[in-house]
Amino acid sequence: MLAELLNNRILLGLIVVIGVPAAICGYVMLVERVLRGLRPRTAVKIRPWLWVLPAIAFLTVFLVYPTIATIWRSLFDRRGESFVGLENYIWFFTNSENLTAIRNNALWAIVLPALVVGLGLLIAVFADRVKYEVAVRSIIFLPMAISAVAAGVIWRLMYDFNPRVGTINAAITGLGGDARPLLSEQPWNNLLLIVVGMWMMTGLAVVVLGSGLKSIPVELLEAARIDGASEWRVFRSVIYPLLKPTIAVVMTTVLIFALKTFDVVFVMTNGNFGTEVMANLMYRQLFQFTQEGRAATVAVLLFLATVPLMALQIRRFKQQEEMR
Amino acid sequence: MLAATAGATTVAMLAAACGNGGNGAEPGSDDADLAGQTVSVMATWGGEEQDSFLAMVAPWEERTGATVEFTSTRDITAQITAGIASGQLPDLAGPPGPAQVHEWFEAGAVQPLDFLDLEAYKASTPGGFAELGMVDGDTLAGVFIRAAVKGLTFYNTGVWEGEPTTLDDLNEIAAGIGVEHTWCVAMESGAASGWAGTDWIENILLRQSGPEVYDAWAAGELEWTSPEVREAFEFFRDEILADAYGGGNWVVNTNFGRVGGPIFADPPGCLLAQQGSFITDFFQNEEGATTDEISFFAFPDLNDEFTGALTGGGDLITMFNDTPAARSLLEWLISAEAQQIWVERGGFLAANTDIPLDAYPDEVNRRAAEILNTVEIFRFDASDMMPAGVQDAFHRGMVTFAQDPGSLDSVLDSIEAARQDAAS
Repeated sequence: MLAELLNNRILLGLIVVIGVPAAICGYVMLVERVLRGLRPRTAVKIRPWLWVLPAIAFLTVFLVYPTIATIWRSLFDRRGESFVGLENYIWFFTNSENLTAIRNNALWAIVLPALVVGLGLLIAVFADRVKYEVAVRSIIFLPMAISAVAAGVIWRLMYDFNPRVGTINAAITGLGGDARPLLSEQPWNNLLLIVVGMWMMTGLAVVVLGSGLKSIPVELLEAARIDGASEWRVFRSVIYPLLKPTIAVVMTTVLIFALKTFDVVFVMTNGNFGTEVMANLMYRQLFQFTQEGRAATVAVLLFLATVPLMALQIRRFKQQEEMR
Repeated sequence: MLAATAGATTVAMLAAACGNGGNGAEPGSDDADLAGQTVSVMATWGGEEQDSFLAMVAPWEERTGATVEFTSTRDITAQITAGIASGQLPDLAGPPGPAQVHEWFEAGAVQPLDFLDLEAYKASTPGGFAELGMVDGDTLAGVFIRAAVKGLTFYNTGVWEGEPTTLDDLNEIAAGIGVEHTWCVAMESGAASGWAGTDWIENILLRQSGPEVYDAWAAGELEWTSPEVREAFEFFRDEILADAYGGGNWVVNTNFGRVGGPIFADPPGCLLAQQGSFITDFFQNEEGATTDEISFFAFPDLNDEFTGALTGGGDLITMFNDTPAARSLLEWLISAEAQQIWVERGGFLAANTDIPLDAYPDEVNRRAAEILNTVEIFRFDASDMMPAGVQDAFHRGMVTFAQDPGSLDSVLDSIEAARQDAAS
């Protein structure tokens, strides 16, 4: 019976891996066949739309429809039966736990990008001048290969209160101090959770900023040095301005990660001790309390928080396109 | 030609996607002929407990030729909620408590168990257990296979002597031994952190205010800000937390399974811990204590009006898919023969009271079984009976309270808000 199941999956895997690209190619060829039968001018106009149609269909079904459905669902009660209007939103903003979550998400959104970009930039600039740069970048990038849950478990053990288990407390007691309850001590526990996020994301910053650094023309740097500029001046006046677009990209990526952070908080504290975040709130409302309306409300609010970032990204993308 | 191949592959891909999905039993087959069928079971038992469960079903598998597909998950409520929405549910599941059985029954997912002999089941389980698995008045929706006695005060036989019957006696004996802290409390437990504290409050409230108040409280009819509840919290704060090993920080940061650490350490950090009968497993595996080092006594009565009261819990099984194989497995699981297998492996208190007491390999579980059969006032764990939102608020409230005992008012207010919210 087990063999049957495995076979089925392998077959399915093969069919998907070969079938999906084949299906797309087939569709494009079909479209071309159809367009050949039309007048050239019409064909040129319709072609882009027909090519993009599968992608649009996919996005509509899996992205647009759920978004609209969620917004609609947030106006209903826990089982989605009766219309309650903005009651869920009122509940959200009058519940102290939710406000704590907003505060924490804001904290994550400000501190995490600052830490990641700052540290990433520092490491990228220094690693650039060193022969073993590849080794440094690989090691720093390693945590990105780990799932957030695994990172949460690792750091949960690192922060453990028992000095025989927790590395940090072992170090503290080894130096003669008392063990600190790192995960339950407010407000530091939030920062310590953000450190875990930083550990995970810095690799991305180092790699992206590192490539950005390499794309700066060497002549500019040489010219600045010949003119007598100190290393710090070179960084401040030549490197940093040219790196700004790359830094902006990294910052936006990390910001989005900070807003949707869930695994780290869920695994390490589950929102206790004032560490609650919106994504964890949404999870609890839906899966533990089966409050569909409220979970949808949290989702909508989280979505609204990311909209300005999206607008920024699109504007920047348009600017880049215009520059080309 | 390429287009044709592509087209054919697309069709094949769709066909495979639509065709996949058959699983397990074809209903309508012979009751005795279950060979080759599978029953999927989902429960929170992992590690040793999982091995024991699989050992418990092995004879049934051998006898019927069917197989049990066991999935262990700590997050069973989330999994089943998603399963109810998607229609992908295991045949049998072990919910965390009767409250979930009610919620899932309301959602229309739980199958009634009227094929079971209700009278026989009632006769072989402790009083009150059968009713807890019933929904809508008299439909049996969940059956207990495991029981737990809670509120037992455990101690290290090498350190503590005597079974006090009053709180004063207890404190006297403790003072005589001269260890700095009398009590150890450990509340950490991942997403359910705080449940050890809720067990404490339930035990205290039952002893202080009696079974009627307890029942009203568990049913959500008593306000959390009422004097009886407040009294229980204050007792916990003044008598237990004030004298707890490691203070609030140790209490909220230490996993419940490690509560025995200071008890069995040399020199001991504390003397007593109140927990359920299942904690002996942890004492043995985590702290290396041997069975003759572990013993317990019942927590002293706090009110002469309500003596001999006890709280307890249990693991139930519900059925989502009514298949012949699932029915057969369920009948096996509630039988004394099946439960005795796990009993003999140790660390398990059976819900079936027909099991002979000498089948229990260790003193603690045997005494617990005895208590279960003879207790006068027995109540099921109240927080397990409360709606999910209230239970969660209660858990978190205990964590906050243990960390900051001065926050009693805000803790009670927040749990009361959750109760009112759930009732609306």
